[in-house]
Amino acid sequence: MKFAVVVFPGSNCDHDTLYVLRHVFNQEACYVWHQDRDLQNADAIIIPGGFAHGDYLRCGAIAKFSPILENIKEHATQGKLVLGICNGFQILQEAGLLPGVMLRNSELKFICRHIYVKTENEETPFTTFCDPGKVLKIPIAHNEGNFSISTKGLEQLENNRQILFRYCDESGDITTAGNPNGSVSNIAGIMNRRGNVMGLMPHPERASESLIGSEDGRKIFESMINWNGAKN
Amino acid sequence: MKAKVIVRFKDGILDPQGQTIQRSLNKMGHPEITNLRQGKYFEIELAGINDKEVARCLIEEISRDVLCNPIIEAFQIEDIS
Repeated sequence: MKFAVVVFPGSNCDHDTLYVLRHVFNQEACYVWHQDRDLQNADAIIIPGGFAHGDYLRCGAIAKFSPILENIKEHATQGKLVLGICNGFQILQEAGLLPGVMLRNSELKFICRHIYVKTENEETPFTTFCDPGKVLKIPIAHNEGNFSISTKGLEQLENNRQILFRYCDESGDITTAGNPNGSVSNIAGIMNRRGNVMGLMPHPERASESLIGSEDGRKIFESMINWNGAKN
Repeated sequence: MKAKVIVRFKDGILDPQGQTIQRSLNKMGHPEITNLRQGKYFEIELAGINDKEVARCLIEEISRDVLCNPIIEAFQIEDIS
């Protein structure tokens, strides 16, 4: 499977993501610069975390005008996979590929620590390897991860099973205490209606080797690789 | 020509920064402050446009498409002169 990792000025999880794809999963992976208009025939696009364009104006507000976004939209229209992690999630929202918006964390602090999420829908290209009800331990690192959406938008996410991950406590209960940033309905990850574009605030690329504290993020990459293999 | 634009959260959108500033002011001895919302202010200079209505259309367009996220924010053109 071939992955393209999009690089903006200010991206800072691009190297981690490429490293994990190449050296942990032995997949083909390349960088694509945001000004270029070539996704190099990748099967999946990953927009990594960081601070694209310094997060100036709003997170993702400038990045949505980068030329590569047109190619990413086309890629998504073809039904191919797109994963936005953290800042990548915010960019996908600004670009209109995913609904909702990220407000500042309710406690107004940048939070960088392991949290727990529960998989809410295992029947997607991003989650087939996640066991139902099993809690994943994955780090977050963000200042604006407080997911917000209209009541109607939330209903649509619920009805269409577009919520893939919710913040929870260690035992898997969806509680306020387990919600690090104030996100509505403890939402940590969603997908588009079609089911091929996912946004995720936790960083699975930082939880893919036991050496650095958790391997739970592997499930997401493994699901994508498996889905792609099954499709071909 | 110069334009001034204010972008603010729509009513009902949580503004944790505004709330924190308000709480601090209350603690500093200003209990009369019961609500505070924080927004953004832009000063924009335009060259080559002399028609105020043309300028207004342009400023409206960039305010809507770039300066604010219409899901949570509203903009207000304060002045064009």
